[in-house]
Amino acid sequence: MSPSDDQALPGTIFDESAILSIKDLSRMCAVDERHIVEFVEEGVLSVVNVRSEWHFTGDALRRARLAVRLERDLELNLAGVALAVELIEELAQLRRQLEARSK
Amino acid sequence: MEFKDYYKVMGVARDATEAQIKQAYRKLARKYHPDVSKEKDAEARFKEVGEAYEVLKSPEKRAAYDQLGKDYRPGQDFRPPPNWDSGFEFSGAGPGGAGPGDADYSDFFDALFGAQARSGRGRGGDSHPGRGEDHHAKVLLDLDASLNGGARSFTLRVPEIDAEGRLVSKERTLNVQVPKGILAGQQIRLAGQGEPAHGKGTAGDLYIEVEFAPHPLYRVDGRDLSLELPVAPWEAALGATIKTPTPGGTVELKIPAGSHAGSKLRLKGRGVPATPPGDFYVVLQIALPPANDERAKAAYAAMAAAAAGFNPRASLGV
Repeated sequence: MSPSDDQALPGTIFDESAILSIKDLSRMCAVDERHIVEFVEEGVLSVVNVRSEWHFTGDALRRARLAVRLERDLELNLAGVALAVELIEELAQLRRQLEARSK
Repeated sequence: MEFKDYYKVMGVARDATEAQIKQAYRKLARKYHPDVSKEKDAEARFKEVGEAYEVLKSPEKRAAYDQLGKDYRPGQDFRPPPNWDSGFEFSGAGPGGAGPGDADYSDFFDALFGAQARSGRGRGGDSHPGRGEDHHAKVLLDLDASLNGGARSFTLRVPEIDAEGRLVSKERTLNVQVPKGILAGQQIRLAGQGEPAHGKGTAGDLYIEVEFAPHPLYRVDGRDLSLELPVAPWEAALGATIKTPTPGGTVELKIPAGSHAGSKLRLKGRGVPATPPGDFYVVLQIALPPANDERAKAAYAAMAAAAAGFNPRASLGV
């Protein structure tokens, strides 16, 4: 198949510039807002303060969903989730570098 | 359908205690969790383990399964008898229960416990009634899609509940305009391409997380790119202006005199065209011309004479 530009669905990058409220994030991860607060307190998610209100970037969505999956599937506690998320991201980074270097 | 031996899947004895089952689940879940594991069939194994645990961790389901399964062997053709589950009371694990929430349980599971017995599938936290759920997927993208933008086709597996209430996965091909400058690990958002609306609500969105397939020329490190560029010994030693490919096209690159293998030259802003753009690094490699005729041999001999005293292994102490 040859994708043509005119019929393609327009995709947007959902990254640091995307701003989510705690309400958005809790809906998108299907957990309650209190749980998002716990993730922030444990350092799993970082917040951007806009007029003393918490906001999250698009990247936080990926991290939050990963945290929710780990917590649920591996029955981890919050500290375990925080550690696992950090290690998984570091591992992904190292794997990308390794792949790039071992071509 | 085939009979599934959940005890075998979990690697526990039929008389295993709840604690042993939990322990076995945790160990296998860590081993095969798709976010953690690099095993080839991790996702399939993880689902299988999640399904087995879903049954064995619940005393009611386990009792029902044991009752039904005592005459079956794994792989044997299996039909549940009608009303087989009468006499067992299911408490039905609600949202928040352990077990893979997006689980795609087998027909065997569905025949026994019904699709409604899946745990963790609640729409917890949804503050917009009628809004379809967001969907998430990962794709492997070629780097050129990010460097130049452009349309790409992705085939995604989408879970759907069929007319009989079973979870089935359907293939769906999407033609997507890839935003220029997207980086590995970032997500492409496609508004309204998630689950369709329930009633009058709005459709959910689709988020596609991007990883790059290896590129034939460039290595990617975040927003920066690098290229190993072969140069002749005299180009490195004496300096030269040479051609190098970059994502934006071929450019002339000035190599300073006295460069060596591993020298890194930076072309600012010529990496991935993100905001801000990354840089492009050229790492020099020295390519030796072959000494396959008399003139070339004489040139190498002359160089040896001129560079008498040069020991390339000085740092090795020999």
